[in-house]
Amino acid sequence: MSNDKQYTFMGYVRKDGKVGTRNYVAILPAVVCVSEVVESIVHNTNMTQGIIHHQGCCQTPPDLERTTECLIKIGQNPNVGAILIVSLGCEGVDTDRLEAELRATGKPVDRINVQELGGTSRSIQVGMDKAQALIREVAQMQRTEVDISHLTMGIKCGASDTTSGIGSNPVIGYVADKIVDLGGTVMFGETTEFIGAEHILQRRAKTPEIANEIQHIVTRMEDRAKAIGVDMRKGQPTPGNIKGGLSTIEEKSLGAIVKSGTRTIEGVIEYTDVPKGKGLWIKDSPGREIELMSGMAVGGAQVILFSTGRGAPQGFPVVPVIKICGNPLTYERMNHDMDINAGLLTTGERSLEDIGEEVFEMLLSVASGEVTKGEAIKYNKSMDFYMLGPVI
Amino acid sequence: MVNAIKLHDSDNVASVFDLVKAGSTVLVVDKKGNSYELKVSDDIPYGHKIAIEEIAVGQQVTKYGEEIGLATAVISVGQHVHIHNIESIRGRGDWAKAETEKGAEK
Repeated sequence: MSNDKQYTFMGYVRKDGKVGTRNYVAILPAVVCVSEVVESIVHNTNMTQGIIHHQGCCQTPPDLERTTECLIKIGQNPNVGAILIVSLGCEGVDTDRLEAELRATGKPVDRINVQELGGTSRSIQVGMDKAQALIREVAQMQRTEVDISHLTMGIKCGASDTTSGIGSNPVIGYVADKIVDLGGTVMFGETTEFIGAEHILQRRAKTPEIANEIQHIVTRMEDRAKAIGVDMRKGQPTPGNIKGGLSTIEEKSLGAIVKSGTRTIEGVIEYTDVPKGKGLWIKDSPGREIELMSGMAVGGAQVILFSTGRGAPQGFPVVPVIKICGNPLTYERMNHDMDINAGLLTTGERSLEDIGEEVFEMLLSVASGEVTKGEAIKYNKSMDFYMLGPVI
Repeated sequence: MVNAIKLHDSDNVASVFDLVKAGSTVLVVDKKGNSYELKVSDDIPYGHKIAIEEIAVGQQVTKYGEEIGLATAVISVGQHVHIHNIESIRGRGDWAKAETEKGAEK
């Protein structure tokens, strides 16, 4: 393995040493109940992104802790330059801890409380004024050239069909291997889509303990699905996957894990965790887009590569999502949502290395500020946090 | 002629990336470039699988060289392989529930 060429991108170096590929002011609701206030502030300001989730109250204590932890980690994501916390005032989330931990990053942080400010309209006004000050502060930050080893890439496949496992996922696997070799970090998840393919991942685990952890998270996820007492088919694989030729979860999983490439798996982390070092990591997470991409952002991903066959358009508020389509027919139909046509690998018209290098180049360019198709049309609201217990 | 891609030597199915009509012939191609013609007996939608070997009831269906399910009916060479004739052995909450209920009756 020789990597004489140095690869860099232009990013925003934060006080904690992490590097952002974007420079947003996150408008961060402590609880679902202030979504309207957040949306109004975002609508009336530039450079802001609303983190519209559906959690934060009337949940079991472990899930409230989980929500608080996720909100902290989203604020800590290097693509976020400053944070405005929007609190209702009576939420279950520990908003004081949220604010304290975000202030500790050295990023500008402010906070409004809707009940104390006297309701929605007053909170929108005060929130806009506070957001304006934060925007003007982060707008002064400049991009500088940094080594690719500062990059953490999240990966995802969604709305899969048979071409995902043969076209777009191998392309992402190629890029994942390259980033790991260049000293960067890669995270993949979708534990549900390890079912039937976990033995292959276990062979790539760095230690026998990590192999056991892979088995543990797969069994835990499978047991959760089985506890409902039905065949999980139609839940996973989805009706769309089935129409696209995927007959069973095993078949879907065997195609899905290809996107993780071939390198050693350094460890398994929980949904709220950040990778504990460089290289390739598994994040225990479900297969659905919104929770998976949130998990990647929580883990510090500054960019997400997203593979699809049937055409998944989702994007994330503070992380650019590059769409790689394995189905050439879908690419033609949905080319305003799809960034790269990996269908040309499926049809044999282009090689894996050829398309892989194109994606790698685009990745560096997007990390440096190039806008994806989804970002250009604000397709960026697909987010929520993955909870374990009921709403109570 | 449409190619049917065989991903691994031990596979008993191959995938097509075009709509294939019953009665037509596809070219089964493996990773080494070896190929042979095979007559298709069902309509096969884009991205779906064809049996390239006869598969008995309960026998493993293999793609990527790995188990993707078990046959629930006899599948002849050239037939469409999908949810109507194969089932998963994973995530089977229905099996787990039946086991529990059987245990409760005893």
